[in-house]
Amino acid sequence: MHHEEVFTDRNVSESSAYYYVDIENYPTTGWDKFKQVVKRTFSGELFVGLWVVLREMIKFDIHTVQYPLEKLPIGPRYRAVHKLLRLWESGYERCIGCGLCEKICISDCIRMDTRIDENSRKEVTEYSINLGRCIFCGYCAEVCPELAIVHGQRYENASEQRAHFVIKDDMLTPLDMLKAGEQAEYPGFGAIIPGSDASVKKTPLAY
Amino acid sequence: MDVAFIIETIAKIVVILLIFSALAGLGTYFERKVLAFMQRRLGPMHVGPFGLLQVAADGIKLFTKEDIIPQNVVKPIFKIAPIITAATAFMASAAIPFWPQFTVFGYTVHPIVADINVGILYVLAIMAIGLYGPLLGGMASANKWSLISAARSAAIFISYEVITGLALLAPLMMVGSLSLIDINNYQAGGITHWIVWSQPVAFVLFWIAAFAETGRTPFHLVANDHEIIDGFGTEYSGMRWGMFFIGEYANMFFISFVISIVFLGGFGDGTIAGAIQLLLKVSFFFFFFLWTRAAWPDIRPDQLMWLCWKVLMPIAVLNVVGTGIVMMF
Repeated sequence: MHHEEVFTDRNVSESSAYYYVDIENYPTTGWDKFKQVVKRTFSGELFVGLWVVLREMIKFDIHTVQYPLEKLPIGPRYRAVHKLLRLWESGYERCIGCGLCEKICISDCIRMDTRIDENSRKEVTEYSINLGRCIFCGYCAEVCPELAIVHGQRYENASEQRAHFVIKDDMLTPLDMLKAGEQAEYPGFGAIIPGSDASVKKTPLAY
Repeated sequence: MDVAFIIETIAKIVVILLIFSALAGLGTYFERKVLAFMQRRLGPMHVGPFGLLQVAADGIKLFTKEDIIPQNVVKPIFKIAPIITAATAFMASAAIPFWPQFTVFGYTVHPIVADINVGILYVLAIMAIGLYGPLLGGMASANKWSLISAARSAAIFISYEVITGLALLAPLMMVGSLSLIDINNYQAGGITHWIVWSQPVAFVLFWIAAFAETGRTPFHLVANDHEIIDGFGTEYSGMRWGMFFIGEYANMFFISFVISIVFLGGFGDGTIAGAIQLLLKVSFFFFFFLWTRAAWPDIRPDQLMWLCWKVLMPIAVLNVVGTGIVMMF
């Protein structure tokens, strides 16, 4: 049912948009009032109104989006509930536990716990975002050096429990989804610009 | 009195009550759908296929809702007012021929409860009594908006009865009878015999007044949502409010029947084709009630009174005088 509507240019410009409505003075004499009534009665404006609504009914150009069943497309850079991504090759979490997102978060809603695991690798044990506090500013995604935390498209975050807003497992890409190749890279804040490989210089080890 | 006659009459009454109660429900469905389509919406979609069972859902809701009687209302009058509206709407249907007479198993059925010789007068009189529903309900509600609505309904109904009466006078002078069957038979000769051709002014006047009598949108002042909430219905809930609703929609159907029979030939010569034509005409007038609601704005009460007394009534009187002069010579 839904379709993209092409809007005409609705921007206000000096040349086209504003004009003064030519309002005639109200008639004062009885004869003038009578003439106005007759003119308005027989000008057929009522039938114009009838035609407009009937035309819309015949065209049947329904603009309703039946929301839970259909959804309007949202922009790829939309900042909805966060996602934690995994590395494509190994399936490990991308997060290296650097804590930059925790540091930069202006509403102070990110908390993480880390430890050094038996491979001397830093591991993130706890990671939580209190979405009840989050203002979806996008700083965490922008600051993340590993493209690990990004914003997703999931904007329906009503819940019965406030605790539901902080679960890491809901944000982390499930392993089966990763194997199916369904993990999408985020094109928004903090993402790699297309063609950025060419601008990277090799570290000059020759020194 | 014949026992068969009594049984037949009771059967007819039951059939009319059932059909028009159901039609009032379906009327709300069509109203929502038509208004929605005209505003590029879908209307009810979720209960049943295309939302058709929305009527049943609304009915269950109205029947099971608590019947609230507020503390300061005048209780007996508050309780009886919706019954007056629904009852008078259905009482008016007694003199309306809904269908030409037909024969079932050798038994001739007249689909009219009482073919009284003052049919149209009876219909108008009972519709006039219908005024007491909004008036008493509004006055008994102990609510200022309801009171405004009661005052408006009294002013509008009484004023526009003048228009309906005077507008009908001219066709009735030509027909020479008040029976709706006689009026119908007067136009039995086909489309050229319709009264609308000889009385176009009376037709338009009666049509305009029908909007005021049923309280529909250009004249929807008795329950104008944006000014006085639901008017006389503000304090009502559950089935009492539902009876106001059924009365309003039944009235719309009955006044559509009256317009079709008096001005547009009714069921014509009484064949099946004529009967189907009658239903089509009634459907059009009912649709027009919904159509105007989507298209036209409401007018102010003072404009409504101005329209009635300074415009429509003089035209109606001139129409009656003109008809009389033409008939005399």
